[in-house]
Order: sequence, then C-alpha cells, then structure tokens
Amino acid sequence: MVLYSLFFKIGLFSIGGGYVMLPMLRLELVEKRKWVNDRELLDYYAIGQATPGIIAVNTATFVGYTRRGIPGAVAATAGMVSPSLIIILAIAVFIPMMESLPLFQKAFKGIRVAVAVLLVSTLVSLTKKGWKTWVDGLLTLAGFSAVVFFGASPFPVILAAGFLGLLLRRHRSVVQ
Amino acid sequence: MSFLSLFITFFNIGLFTIGGGLASLPLLYEAVVDGGMISRNLFVDMLAISQSTPGPIGINMATFAGYQIAGIPGGFVATLGMVAPSLIIIVLIAAWFTNFSSHPLVQDVMGGIRPAALGLIASAAWFIFREALFVPGTDFQLSLPAAGLFIALGVAYKLKPATPVIYILAGGVLGVFLF
Repeated sequence: MVLYSLFFKIGLFSIGGGYVMLPMLRLELVEKRKWVNDRELLDYYAIGQATPGIIAVNTATFVGYTRRGIPGAVAATAGMVSPSLIIILAIAVFIPMMESLPLFQKAFKGIRVAVAVLLVSTLVSLTKKGWKTWVDGLLTLAGFSAVVFFGASPFPVILAAGFLGLLLRRHRSVVQ
Repeated sequence: MSFLSLFITFFNIGLFTIGGGLASLPLLYEAVVDGGMISRNLFVDMLAISQSTPGPIGINMATFAGYQIAGIPGGFVATLGMVAPSLIIIVLIAAWFTNFSSHPLVQDVMGGIRPAALGLIASAAWFIFREALFVPGTDFQLSLPAAGLFIALGVAYKLKPATPVIYILAGGVLGVFLF
C-alpha cells in the first residue's frame, strides 16, 4: 500500500515523460526514505533503459520488487500507471466532443505544431547524447529510412539493429 | 478487435519499446494509425495530451489508444498489455541478473538498438511533422501559418526550454488566431 501510494504520487507529478521522473525518484527514495542510495538508483535506471518497456515503469517495478518481492513490484507498477488511467480516461471521453467544435479544431492545429516542435527538439538533444561514432549516425539513418522510405515495420528493424550491434562489436574487438 | 488481441498488440509494443517511452511512438503509430484504428490527427492530439498530463507518455498513449479502440475496458487492457513485459522482465532481472545492464552482450545489443531506435523515433516525428505542417490533401505543400508557428515556438524553446505543457498551451492559443 505504501509502495502503491508512493508511485501513484510519482506518476501524478511526472508531467512530460520519464526524464522528469529521475529527480522526483531521488527525492522520495534516496533522500526522504533512504531505501536506496544514489548508485543503486542509477543502476535501476540504467537497467530500465536497457530493457523493454517504459523507463519509469521499469524503475518502479525494480524498486517495488527489491522492497517487497513480486507483490511489491505489482503494487509499485499499478501505482505508477493509475494516475494515467484515471486522468486519460476522464479526458478521452471529452475528445470527440471537443474535436467537433471549430474553436478546438483551430487550437488543435496549433497544438500539433507544438508537438512537432517538442519532438524535433527532443530528438536533437537525444542525438547529441546518443551519437558516439559515425556508425551510430548510420544506424539512425538506416532505422529512419527503413520506415519512412521502405515502409518497414519498426519491430524487425529493432531486432535487426540488436543483431547488428552484436556483429559490429565483435568486428571491432577483432580489429583491436 | 477482441480484448485478447488488444492485449497481445500492446504486449508486443511494450516488449519492443526499448530506451524510454518515446520509443513506443513508432510502434504505436504503426499499430493504430497504419492499422486504421485511429486517424493521424487524433494520434497527434493524443500525443499532445499525453505530454501535458501526468504520467509516462507511453502509458498515457496506451490508455488513450485502448480507449479509442474498445472503450474504458480497452484503456485498461491496453495499459496492462503495455506494462506486462516490464513486470515480467524486470522481476526476472531483479531476481537473477542484477548486473544485467553492464553485461558485454547486453551492451553490444543495446549499442545497435539505441541509435536505430533514434531513427525510428525520428520516423514517427516525421509523420507528425508532416501532419502538423503540410496542407492536408497535398503532398508537401507547407502551410504558412503552421510553418511560422513552428519557427516561433522552436526559437522560444531554444531560448528558454520549459515544461512541454507551456508550448502545447501556447500552440493551442496561437492556433485559434492563426488558423
């Protein structure tokens, strides 16, 4: 119950994606409760990034499991997604009504542009952090082209990229 | 779409979302927009709302899409499907392989997936950019008011990055006057 309400609170206050959540997790788990230290939290976060799923949910599951086993993992995850379920379902009911009003149609046209701005700027900063060698740039270009120009499904692209990652590293270590 | 296939669809999306919530966008786009369940416009509007409301974007999008496809139970089923792979995989890792993320094999695979996933996110961003900035029904004809708004908001973001909610609100208010 403590885990559920704690992660409910974290879910409720993380507006704008998982990247906002790390400072919040630090405050609650490291400073206030001393359940984990900074190093452990960063480890959880790293695992959250390297495993399937949303980082915020993965981190919640991890902390929940280390505190209380499987029931703890379920409680923490449920807490994390509950605010989304409640708030989004409440909003979703009104969307069709809003979309039929001319005023909202205009507002949404502007909002779509804002979404495009946010996505492009997030991509730029992710690229700055994520590209270490020219191979990374090529892989990004390949992923983009596969979907946009060749109409590929993202699923096989991810599988192929993981496989390529294995091959490339091996090749590199042979060269060294 | 039955609840079971809805669950499986979102389970797959959760399983292949690697490196954060945004990585779920290209997968969601393919499943619900290319799958003909949700219009392109609605997808972008859902994304705007998901970015300006509490909760992880990927979870908000899953709840939204599930609701659009199969009502309130659909919202629950899609969200459950989306988090199920995380629950299973993280519990396994927490129980047995706590040094998972530093394992060389994992680092190699992630070294390939991370940059490619950026390209996939870029592809979703391109579809959204196209929807927001080009005149509907034309191939690549820029809508001038939209392009102006894009530059204005882009410069504002560059000068003073703030929480996404501010830009989405600004876009909405300016949109009423521009369009």
